[in-house]
Amino acid sequence: MSLLQRAALAPDAVLAAALCAVDPVGLGGVALRAPASELRDDWLVLLKSLLPTGTLVLRVPHHASDSALLGGLDLAATLEAGRPVAQRGLLARADGGLLLLAMAERCSPNVAAHLSAGLDNQVVQLQRDGLSIQAPARFGLIALDEGQADDERLPATLLDRLAFWLPLVPAEADDEAPTFDASEIAAARAALPQVQVSDELVQALCAAALAWGVASLRAPLLALRATRAAAALAGLDEADASHATLAARLLLAPRATRMPAAEKARETEPQPAETPSDPPTGPPPEPPAPPAAEQPPNDEAPAPPETPAPEGDGPADPQALEDKLIEAMQAALPPGLLAALQLGQQRQAQAKTAGTAGAQQKHAQRGRPVGTRRGEPRSGARLHLLDTLRAAAPWQRLRHRANASPDQPSKRIEVRREDFHVRRFRQHRPTTTVFVVDASGSAALHRLAEAKGAVELLLAECYVRRDRVAVIAFRGAGTELLLPPTRSLARAKRSLAALPGGGGTPLASGITAASELATQLLRQGDSPLVVLLTDGRANVAADGKPGRSQAAADALQAAASFQSQGISALLIDTSPQPSDAAKLLADAMGASYVPLPHAGAQGLSRAVSLAAAPTTSAR
Amino acid sequence: MAQAFPFSAIVGQEEMKTAILIAAIDPSIGGILVLGDRGTGKSTAVRALAALLPKMKAVQACRYGCDPADTGGACTECTALRSSGHAPKTHLIPVPVVDLPLGATEDRVVGALDLERALSQGVKAFEPGLLAQAHRGFLYIDEVNLLEDHLVDLLIDVAASGENVVEREGLSVRHPARFVLVGSGNPEEGELRPQLLDRFGLSVEVRTPDQLADRVEVVKRRDAFEQDRAAFIAHWHKDDERIRKQITAGRKRLPEVSVSDAVRERISLLCATLGTDGLRGDLTLLRASRALAALDGATAVTIEHIRRVAAPALRHRLRRNPLDNAGSSTRVERALADLFPA
Repeated sequence: MSLLQRAALAPDAVLAAALCAVDPVGLGGVALRAPASELRDDWLVLLKSLLPTGTLVLRVPHHASDSALLGGLDLAATLEAGRPVAQRGLLARADGGLLLLAMAERCSPNVAAHLSAGLDNQVVQLQRDGLSIQAPARFGLIALDEGQADDERLPATLLDRLAFWLPLVPAEADDEAPTFDASEIAAARAALPQVQVSDELVQALCAAALAWGVASLRAPLLALRATRAAAALAGLDEADASHATLAARLLLAPRATRMPAAEKARETEPQPAETPSDPPTGPPPEPPAPPAAEQPPNDEAPAPPETPAPEGDGPADPQALEDKLIEAMQAALPPGLLAALQLGQQRQAQAKTAGTAGAQQKHAQRGRPVGTRRGEPRSGARLHLLDTLRAAAPWQRLRHRANASPDQPSKRIEVRREDFHVRRFRQHRPTTTVFVVDASGSAALHRLAEAKGAVELLLAECYVRRDRVAVIAFRGAGTELLLPPTRSLARAKRSLAALPGGGGTPLASGITAASELATQLLRQGDSPLVVLLTDGRANVAADGKPGRSQAAADALQAAASFQSQGISALLIDTSPQPSDAAKLLADAMGASYVPLPHAGAQGLSRAVSLAAAPTTSAR
Repeated sequence: MAQAFPFSAIVGQEEMKTAILIAAIDPSIGGILVLGDRGTGKSTAVRALAALLPKMKAVQACRYGCDPADTGGACTECTALRSSGHAPKTHLIPVPVVDLPLGATEDRVVGALDLERALSQGVKAFEPGLLAQAHRGFLYIDEVNLLEDHLVDLLIDVAASGENVVEREGLSVRHPARFVLVGSGNPEEGELRPQLLDRFGLSVEVRTPDQLADRVEVVKRRDAFEQDRAAFIAHWHKDDERIRKQITAGRKRLPEVSVSDAVRERISLLCATLGTDGLRGDLTLLRASRALAALDGATAVTIEHIRRVAAPALRHRLRRNPLDNAGSSTRVERALADLFPA
């Protein structure tokens, strides 16, 4: 049976399962990126078959409450018994086994934080509800990531702690997956603590991680453990280069954020532009590489000619080893990613997912209390004691009569499940200001620099109000989301500063993009405010063709559809004289109109505040 | 608790380690804000220090772990006990490190009505929250920049006043909560409100080490630790012991460290030059320099001490263009070089 199933899995997937079965706790686990499919089920079956019999595999719901994860007071049982009844949480129950996190890409930050703490400490410390319990929680985590888009990913904190990031793809026809059976795994598990890894291998792993721009120190550490597990699996008591190569390929390659060559450049010339507080996850300071890099990388891209010297003049052997690891990683990179790396576009998936964490906390657990409703204190809802007791009060005599034995009348208040009332909260909706900047030739000619200055002023306002900002720029044939919604003003400023001007004015496409982003924000529970900076002179139509009259008509149509969404907007006219075109457009969009020539710094920010005001009061 | 990673085995991150040691010597310094990359050993350092600190004496029956020698700031029960003339029973407890998870609710942080007792016995009793647990220890908040503002506000308030006042659900409780607040976060993921920034005592910046040798050393030590915790801790025991002695001696010496008027003037001059708002900067710099002097075994604060803590004490208090990401540290350094040439 298992042979048939394994035939469909790629060799790397099988290897990852085997290594994970050897050392689930040390490796943290696997982030399995695949839609729910037979292939995924096959992989899970394979993993379970490799684990020692009787290993627990528990599912974690992606919105598990604190008490479900950590354990806590079993309220119903406690009320029944009249004394505290504790219930163990998932983390403690999974000790020695695996946790399976379904729909991991939607996992709440709270769940991710608890799982991360569990992976770090390997102990659950429960201090809730008057209980103080400490329980071992040594578990591996299999995160089933069903995300489709790039920004649908596991929370970065959690992802960082999992060894394998496995996109589950079917095997190629000529791939032959290795096979393992449970007894091999059991032998490897027993041998694991004795396996030695030489210092040269550790150094080579660290150097390879650094060369490929893997900033987190957990990555080489996990790679080291994977190396050890691979050696144990091969029945050796000392790891060699092949095991390190495997670990680099499986573990470090998916984490790569830049080409080794770029690293070389960084080391040779100090970068004055880079500020000390600039974390390496930010956009790379390097300018985009020449367009030659767009060619299919697997055939074209040569192995990096020079690799960074690790630390002065080491012996020749580690250098060769390091090169080998770097090459192995290059071969393992998916083509698209490699191309992106060569273009110098650092992946920002980590920063993006993390950046939205603050804004997505809109559960009904916090905010301003707005009364109570009947319901059970589950999944984080908080019991409102007074209302619960109030609901129970009228029934006391009846319940006592029904329950108590006549000779011993009960004195206790009887509270039943149907009496429970929980608090309701309303959370303030955060505002996200979407700047849509016309960076076309006409605008650049006039006053792109001033528009940028105006946006910076507004950014400072947003900073004070704790708003999020996003920046969209349109010029030439297209529109670009320069900055997805973020609270990092520094990033907003950087993206603006790097914005070049020139080209046609695809106004319609810019307005449409703004409206799409704004509706998306509305769905997320934000209040969007769109600030459009343009001179209103469109000359690229919605289909990308030049033509002034068609472009203007398309822009007005896009504006009309924008207005139908009911999004607050502000149009800042950047033309030298207030123009009719921009005024007309503002009317069509339902936006307030502010001509830049008359808008001083104060005037601008006042205009934005006014435009923002109706959205906050209406909701 | 699983054994913690030895403090002395942490590679690099000198500024962060110094800041934490300063807070261990003088908890009144205010909180520490650690900004920087993920996986740089922020939580490791805090946990390691707590494990390293000598166990503390606490009143056995006290829910807040009051210090039996504490006469002024003990909780109401301990004060009542003492005034009745009884000597409380004591025991030794480890210094607590409390994690505040993201998404913690206010009632869990400050404490709330004890539901179980309220429902089963009809007693109105207070159930202490995380702040009570952190009393005399450390409260660690990862991703403090993503925590809701009102919670951060509340935490800093309590950290500064050393007392938690609860007025909710018909309860009126106040209990001591003196702890060192350590908040960490990555500024790329969202910034902290400037009003809150200013209220942290020290602010340190950490970065992932970019030197290969350091990185290799970190990985090696961490791996050795995971392989055999007991042996690794034993190996570093001597170094940890030395730091422990240094802290104990520093705490004893702290009240005796003298600060000359000339040094005080220099501190005020530095703050005035940098244009820090209010006097919090002056005070923090003074305290931090004094604690550092005590840690070093010096009897008086010198310019050198000021120089070493000026950046962490002041860099987050500079009035700045919110868009100007860089420069705070540089500005402090430049002012130092101008005012006190080496």
